[in-house]
Formats: sequence, C-alpha cells, structure tokens
Amino acid sequence: MHPFLSVSRRRLLTLLGGLLVAPHALGQAGKRLAPAPHFAAVVPGFTLRFPRDEGSHPEFRIEWWYATGWLESAAKPLGFQITFFRARPELKDDNPSAFTPRQILIAHAAISDPALGRLQHDQRIAREGFALAGAAQGRLDVWIDDWSLKQRDGVYLARIPSRDFSFDFTLAATHRPMLQGNKGLSRKGPRPESASYYYSLPQLKVQGTLTRAGRAESVGGTAWLDHEWSSSYLDREAAGWDWIGINLDDGGALMAFQMRSAQGAKFWAGGSYLAGNGVQRTFEPGEVEFTPVRRWRSPRTGTDYPVAWRIRTAALTIDIAPLMDDQENDTRASTGTIYWEGAVRVLQDGEPVGRGYLELTGYWRRLRL
Amino acid sequence: MAAWPGATIQAVSAGALRDNPGRFALALLGVVLGVALGVAVHLINASALNEFKLAVHSLSGDADLVIRGPRAGFDESLYARLARLPQVQAASPAVESEAQLTGRRETLRIIGLDAFRAAQVQPELIAAMRDQLRDLFDAEALLLSHSAAQWLGLDVGDTLRVDVGTSAIEFKVVGLLPPGAYRQRIAVMDIASAQWRLQRLGRIHRIDLRLRPGTDIDTFQRSLAALLPAGVLAATPEAELERSADLSRSYRLNLDMLALVALFTGAFLVFSTQVLAILRRRSQLATLRVLGLTRRALSGMLIAEGALLGALGSGLGVALGCALAALVLRHFGADLGAGYFRIAAPALHIEPVALALYWLLGTAFAIAGAAVPAIEAGRRAPAHALRAGDEEEGLKKLHTFRAGAALILSGFALTAAPPVNGLPVFGYGAIALILLGTLLLMPALAVMTLARLPAWRFPPAMLAVAQLQATPRQVAISIGAIVTSFSLMVAMLIMVGSFRQSLEEWLTGMLPADLYVRAARSGDAGFFTPEQQARIAATPGVGHARFMRSRNLLLAPERPAVFLLAREIATGPASATLPLVSAPYILPSQAPPAAWISEVAADLHGLRPGDEILLPLDAQPSLFTVAGIWRDYARQTGAIVIDRETYIAITGDRLANEAALWLASGSTPREVEPALRERLSAAQSIEITTAREMRGESLSIFDRTFAVTYALEVVAVLIGLFGVSVSFSAQALARRREFGVLRHIGMTRREIGLMLGCEGALVSALGVGFGLALGWLISLILVYVINRQSFHWSIDLHVPWLALAALAAVLVAAASVTAAWSGRRVMSDDVVGAVREDW
Repeated sequence: MHPFLSVSRRRLLTLLGGLLVAPHALGQAGKRLAPAPHFAAVVPGFTLRFPRDEGSHPEFRIEWWYATGWLESAAKPLGFQITFFRARPELKDDNPSAFTPRQILIAHAAISDPALGRLQHDQRIAREGFALAGAAQGRLDVWIDDWSLKQRDGVYLARIPSRDFSFDFTLAATHRPMLQGNKGLSRKGPRPESASYYYSLPQLKVQGTLTRAGRAESVGGTAWLDHEWSSSYLDREAAGWDWIGINLDDGGALMAFQMRSAQGAKFWAGGSYLAGNGVQRTFEPGEVEFTPVRRWRSPRTGTDYPVAWRIRTAALTIDIAPLMDDQENDTRASTGTIYWEGAVRVLQDGEPVGRGYLELTGYWRRLRL
Repeated sequence: MAAWPGATIQAVSAGALRDNPGRFALALLGVVLGVALGVAVHLINASALNEFKLAVHSLSGDADLVIRGPRAGFDESLYARLARLPQVQAASPAVESEAQLTGRRETLRIIGLDAFRAAQVQPELIAAMRDQLRDLFDAEALLLSHSAAQWLGLDVGDTLRVDVGTSAIEFKVVGLLPPGAYRQRIAVMDIASAQWRLQRLGRIHRIDLRLRPGTDIDTFQRSLAALLPAGVLAATPEAELERSADLSRSYRLNLDMLALVALFTGAFLVFSTQVLAILRRRSQLATLRVLGLTRRALSGMLIAEGALLGALGSGLGVALGCALAALVLRHFGADLGAGYFRIAAPALHIEPVALALYWLLGTAFAIAGAAVPAIEAGRRAPAHALRAGDEEEGLKKLHTFRAGAALILSGFALTAAPPVNGLPVFGYGAIALILLGTLLLMPALAVMTLARLPAWRFPPAMLAVAQLQATPRQVAISIGAIVTSFSLMVAMLIMVGSFRQSLEEWLTGMLPADLYVRAARSGDAGFFTPEQQARIAATPGVGHARFMRSRNLLLAPERPAVFLLAREIATGPASATLPLVSAPYILPSQAPPAAWISEVAADLHGLRPGDEILLPLDAQPSLFTVAGIWRDYARQTGAIVIDRETYIAITGDRLANEAALWLASGSTPREVEPALRERLSAAQSIEITTAREMRGESLSIFDRTFAVTYALEVVAVLIGLFGVSVSFSAQALARRREFGVLRHIGMTRREIGLMLGCEGALVSALGVGFGLALGWLISLILVYVINRQSFHWSIDLHVPWLALAALAAVLVAAASVTAAWSGRRVMSDDVVGAVREDW
C-alpha cells in the first residue's frame, strides 16, 4: 500500500536498539568479561537437562535460538535462517511497571536465494510483556507478536509471517542434543569466564510451507538449531570470528569456530564432530584450523570476505563453498557492523558431503561496542 | 496620432503624482499597512496551524487510528488486547503527562513510549533517537526536545525536577531529541519509567494503531467501539489534528477578521483618497475631455491609477507583512502570547497562494476605490466640470441611500444565522454589511445633520459651518473614514471591556474561599491523598475546607476532553455555588444524580437542562441528569460539575487536586500558610494562593491575551487617522482658490486656520458620533453573536463610557489639529496665484 513507508519502517527496525547484532555475536551486548553481579555466570559443573534447558535462561545476559538450514524447493535449493535473541538489559531499578524492559526479544529471518543473488530478510524487536513477546522457561517457546519458535509434542514449530516471505515449518530432531565444549560449556577464549552454555540440534528434518510473493509451496529440508546463553561471551582480545554448522550427508554433523584477534590471527578455536554412528568428538583449540581459499569483495561496502574455506579439524578436513557469494548482512545502522551469514556447500576431495551455514564477523571492522 | 491619448494620460497621471507626492505616499501607506496587517496575521495563523499539523504528525506518525482516553488514562491491558487483533499490524502505547516543573509555574509534557513499538508507527521519530534508546531504559533518563531544552535552560547531563503528587522527583537529561523530531516543548522517556516515576502504574493514555494493509479503517473503527471501555475513543489522526486546532480556531478566526478589518479600513482610505483626488482634478480631467479624450479612456486612466497604487501598495504590504510575521513569531510565538500552542519558535510557514490572494485583494480594493469616482468623472459633461465648485455636484449623482439601508437591514437579518462549522461567519458578515451600509448612508446622513447645525457668530466658525453645509457629500467621505476606524475600535473596546468585567465578576463568584491549596499548579500529576486532605482540614486556623477532584473525560471522539470537577455542592440552590445562567432545573425524584455543565459543554455536546448524560467515570459509564448550565471562562473545552460524594460513591477515588479553605475568624492567610506547608511534607510542590491573588493573576493573563488585540486596534485607528489626515489635506489643496479669496477679503491666516480647525472638529465630531453609535451596534453583534458562537460562553454587556468619551475627545482634538495643520501648509503657498487658477 505504501511501499516507501514499508521499506523505511522495515529498515528502521534494523536500526533499532543497538541490540540487533550478528548471530552469535550478541555477546557484545554486554560489557566484556565483567558480568554484573546480578547476571548469572557460566560455571563448570552445570548439567544441561532437556527439555528444561531448551527454554529461556532469563538470569543470563544474552541467549539465542538460531536455526539455519537448506530447503529443497521445486526449482533450486534455498538457504534459510530464523533467529530469536533474548537480551537482558542492565537495569538499576526494580520498576514494578508491566512495561519494564526486563528482557528484550529480537528476531531475524532471512532467505538466501541464488536466483535473487542477495539476502531477503526481516526482523522484529520488542520488550517482553503482556504476552505479546516473551521467552518461556522450561521448554522452547519464544515469540514476538506472530513470529514464534516453539517445541510442541517433541517437534519444533517455526512460524514467521513476514512481508516478503513467510515460513511455517516443522523441525523434527533426529539426534539427541549435541552438547558443545565440555558437556555444554563452550569456552570462547583463554580466560575461563569467557564462555557460554551451548548445545546444537543438527540434522533437523524440515517440513512445511514457504510463501513468497503470495505463492505458497510445500518445502522440505535439513536444518541446524543452535541454542546458546551466556553473560560474558567475548574475550577482550576478540575482533571477530568464523563459524560453521554443517549437516553431513552421512547423518553426521560438524561445528567449528575460531576467534580472531585484531591482527586477524586465531587466538582461540573450538568445535565438535558427531559421527554418523552417534559418537561425538570435541576439539581442542589446536585441533581446528581455518584456511581461506577464495575471497569475495562486497560491491556495497568494499569488504573482503573469505567466502570459501578449507577447514581442517582433528576428525576430518572439508572444503566449503557458498551457495552464492553475496550473503552480506549490513546492520551498520544498528550494531555498527557488517557481517556475512550464509548457506554453504561442503565438499571433501571435490565430492559434496554436506550442507550448512557459515558466519563471518569482524571483517568489515573490528567488532566493538 | 494613435499614441497621443496614452502619452497624455501618462503625463497627466504623472503630473498628479508630482503635484502631491505626500498625498500619494499617504494613500500608498494606507494600502501598505492594511495589506501588511492582513498578511502578518494570516501568516502567524498559518504557521501556528502548520505547527499543529507537524505536532500531531510527529506524535502519531503513520498511525491509522489513535486510541485516546481521559487524562487519568485507561488500563494498560487494552494495549495487549488491541495489539492481538488480527487487523492490527502494530500498536504503540504511550503514557502522557503534563508534569508540574518544580519551582516553575509551567508544566512540561512528558511522553512515555515503548520505542520498539513506536518505531512501527512513527519511524522518523525513533530513527532520529535510536542512539539514545539504550540510555532510556534507565528509569531516571529522559530526552528533551530542543525547544524544551532551550526553554528550560537544560543540556545533556543536567537534572530536571518535576512534582508528582506532593513530592519532587528528578530526571537526568540523557540526550536531546533531534531538532526535527518534535518542535514542541516535550520530554520523552521510556513508558515503564513514565508509569513508575509519574505514578501512572497500570495506566496508559494513548495507543497508536497501524492496521494491516487492506483493513477498512472506518469499519474497524466502528467495530473497535465495542472493545473500548467508557471514555476511551478511537479517532483518526486527521480528527486528532482538527481537535487540537479547534481549540484555538475561534481565537485565530477573530484575529484573521481583525486583520480583514484593517484591510477594509485601508481600502476605505484608498477609496477616499481616490475620490477626493479625482474631485480635485475635475477641471484638469474635463480639459482632457474637451481635448478629445473619450469617457472610457478617462475612467480607464483613473482606474489604472488606482490599480497602480493598489498593486504597488499591496506588494509592499505583503513584504512588510512577511517581515512583521517573522518578527512576531520570533518574539511572541504563534499564539501571540495567548498560550494556545506551546511551541518555542515556530517556523514561518509561507504559502505563496495566500500571499498572492492578499495582494490581489489589496489591489482590488484600491481599484474599487478608484472606480466609483472615475466612472462618475467620465460621465460628467466637461462644460459643467470645468466650472469651479462642481465637486459637490458630481457627488450628488451617487445615490446610495437605498443601497445603504438595504445592506444594514440584511446585516441585521444575518445576526440570526447559526454558526457555520463552529465559526461565526455570518456574524462577521453582518458586521461587514452594517459597516458598508452605514458608509453608503453617510452622504444622506451628512446632508441631514449638517443642515441642522446652528449658525455661529464667530466668523471662522460661521464660515466653517457654511462650508460644510455647502459640501455635505464631500464631508461625508471624511466622516466615513472616521466612522470606519472608530466604530470598529469602539466595538472591540466594548467587547473586550464587557468580557473583562464579566470575568472579574465571575472570578469573584467562583473564588468565595479565603485560601486555595493546589497539589500542583497546573499539571495533572499532583493530588492530595485522603490522609493529606484530613491534615489540611485539621490545620489550625482553617475553619472549613472543601476539596475538589478534577479529571478530564472524553465524551465524543471528535471533541476535546471536558473537565470533570467533583466538588461539594452546597445544600440549597446550586446557584449559591455555581454562576448558573439557566433557570434551575428541579430533578424528578427518580432521576439520575445531578450534573451541572458549563455553557461550552452545553453548546459543544448539545445538552440542555433535564437531558440525561453518560459520564465515563469508571469502566462502566454512569448516567447523570443535566441540572443546570453555568458560566465558565476557565475551561475552553467544557466542564461538568458533579457532587464529590456521588463521584466517590461511583469511582472510589478519594484523591483531590485542590482545596478551598475558609479561615476561622481571627486567623489570617499569613499565619495559616506556613502551618499548611509544614503539615504537607514536600512544601515546594504545593501552591497556596489567596482568592485575591488568583483573581489578579487571571486578569493579568486576560490582559496579556488581549494585548495583541489592542495592538491591532491601534493600527486600525492609525490607519483611520491617516484617512482623516489625507482627506483634510486633499480638501485643503482643493480649496486653495477659496483660501486665496478669503485672504483677499481680509481674513488672516490665523483665522483661516481656525476655520479649518472648526471644520475638522465638526467633521470628526460627527464621525466620532456616528462611529460611537455604529460601534455600539457592532459590539452587540460581537458580544451576543460572535463571542457566543466562537467561545460558547456568554458575557454581559458593559460599555466603558468613560474610556470611550476620552478616546472620542482625543480623536476630535487630533482631527482638528490635523485639519488646521493641513490648511497652514497650503496657505504658505502663493494664495494670490491660487485665486488665478479659476480663470
């Protein structure tokens, strides 16, 4: 009806709050490595339980539920991403108002369609309250208005009605949760306090309806769900990171990340490999090595992204290539950063062995708050 | 040969200008002032209206509907209910408060927003303040608009103190809103902080809705009505704008009309200048006719002169008007100090079309002023016109009596017409018709009254009377100039005087107690708890205390909220408590409880005594009976008084905003005041005033408001005086031959000066006399028609005779001096030579 206004409104949503940050980068939202006394800390010895820990952990500063995957539509494969963030602002007072922003909820959704050549995305932001937006404890149920991601009867339901596209997906687990790091405690740097609780649900079976330009089509595919929460995520040395979450064709899964310093050098790394037979192996920092293979320069920002990699882990070595080069996400106006987040194919000795998502942060400028 | 007439016309016109540059300049000045005043007032109003539009837009952004409740707000759960409706795409809740600034008399509007939600309906605003959003989560943080920061003298990092209840609270200014976002003086904070710190927990005041594309707004608005609690209404932003602009519309219309009056006076000045100038040039013009200039060419030439004068004067007037408006806006604001719009310095909003219209109007008036005598001059047989003394003959041809009488009668008929769209258009029409009619009657009136003048022995006076009697129609034009300006001034004086007198009497009646204690001066965040009320009543020296609770209620979406005043109604007739203007209505025994409504409320909501009225006091509206109509000058949007006991029984709300205290015999306000302050802990946020102080302050506000009216009047009178001066100079010039003859037969210059002074005195006395009568008539229309229709309240007629008499005397004296002075100037010329002009 008012195309200009709608566009500007949507753009403005992205400008909001300084709280919309790159997936996995929400740790910046807080002050580095200095958890305020009233934020819970990530400490060894905590045992993750399910479905309890699929729910929200409001006592921590940040949390996200992050689903990425590949859809097999009639024509060509597409990448999709659905992210819900929860951020707890540092409030000085205990305001009894129902509007008190005890938790802020943010959601991103995006489609990577090679036919379009760039990301299509939309976002929501709201304060918790009035049952209009919230994140339940005890089981996965997070929503902002009519956008929701929840667990019902053992499956996960994602409903994202948006302007350019709508998702109505069911995601069914085929594995039990893959606990990252040390039984779910994933360290992000040499300092022990720089860590998060982190588990992944790889190899999710996706069924549902994708609506684009008013046309609905049934789609199926494979997805990955990350759930991570922390009060002090980033090490002060961190300038950015590279991350992958891969569903292997043989039923296995691979997660790997490296934290880069301002000089671009790796100063921490981690990951884990879940073999097709269900045996999981967790990597030490020295057991993960990211080597850039091909760079792509964004025509909009001039930023160079290593969009193709060779990643060597203690378990296996893979090559990854993007579904399309331009999966750059410009959130300068809100987070002051630009990053790359997109669907990738996985090859081993030139043969396709899996699909997943790659995230590249800190290439435009050092991540900072 | 073909170019000959044009060249002559130019030569003759240029000659006329060269002969009398001063008179031409005066006429030009008249047009300039008239147009300038019109343009200036129009621009100020247009700028104010533009500010309203901007304000409403920045507040409601792209909202399709605005849900608004009374000042006390409504339950916040409505927000969640509306946000979940399938038709609603976005809902943005807001808390609004007029907070009393600690240590200041004014209030500041504080808006509490959920910035995330607001971004969906007012993206521009939120985009502009995105850098500050995180800081806003702090419950002490607020953002100030630039105008508010400037006004309060605060900057980022400073502390703002406001009174809530009876205590002062502090806010930190964490940032300024971008200059373009809000032009008004406001503060913005997070909705949660606003609810908590301003004691509005659980309440919100408005919800802006954006509907999903394809939703029919009207249908949705109707279906929404069922969901909204009593007193909460949905309106489109357009209706919101109209409502806020409505408040000052009548005031602005009055100003516009005043400007038109000035324009009209200016036009009459042009008219009289032209008439007299053409009369003076009769022989010259007749010569042109003899030389072969056609009638048509002659009248065309004169009209072209008028057009030139009008075009030039109007052009200068428009420029001057723009400058004037810019100056006024910068120094007084768009409401000229009347307090309608709280905008620090509104931008000048120039509409080229309107300016062009004013230019055309001024030019048209000037042409019209030239056309009448020009056509007559063309018609006059040259042989007659060449003779001396033919000027009067020329005017005899103008038969204006019938037209004048007809205009006056139709003017009277118009006074019975109802307002159009809430504006007294016909009232102003009536004034214009009666004024015009009187001017047309003036020649006949002049002939009649001048014939009745007694003969005087004193030669200059005798000559003066004889002169006037011989030229009543020329005199009528001079009288007309005085009547126009003086009658309008008289009318405004009587109206403003009546208003002031009525206000004073009303204040005396409304403030019967000795002391008044308010929780916050004018904000809505202040109140006394029942416990504080008990403490006030028990203060030593207080004989009797009466408490009042005021709130505002929305009765209809397109109307502004009315004030609800819950106060003790003394037993016995309500007229003992309220200044009733209607006959008391005796409630039938089963009737719902009584409510007394102000005249404004009665007019705006079409209510009469005996009607039943639903008041949204609580979730369920309660039925009341209109028991009487009272006069209220304080609340322009209407007020409803109900008994406080009834109010408490319905709402359970025992808070009070104000207490009226009658002191025990022997105690004085000076003793009681400190005792009261001591008993109410936070002393600085209560205000204690005596009835006398309140009266004095109200009247000074009134005087401030009308100062602009006075200023405009002065300009109108100045224009009128210009008219008098111009017509006398013109006459004096025209009578150079006569003065020459008088000097030849032995009159001294002094005697001629006296004669002219007498003439001036007589003419102005007549003008002032007719002006007084006409002004009184117009004041009746102003008081009983225009005031009633624009402001909806009645005032009693009080004629300030003394002031009028003094003004009349000054005007007559000024006119006499002007007349004598203009003669003196002419007599310094060669009078002997002047005599020769005729041969």
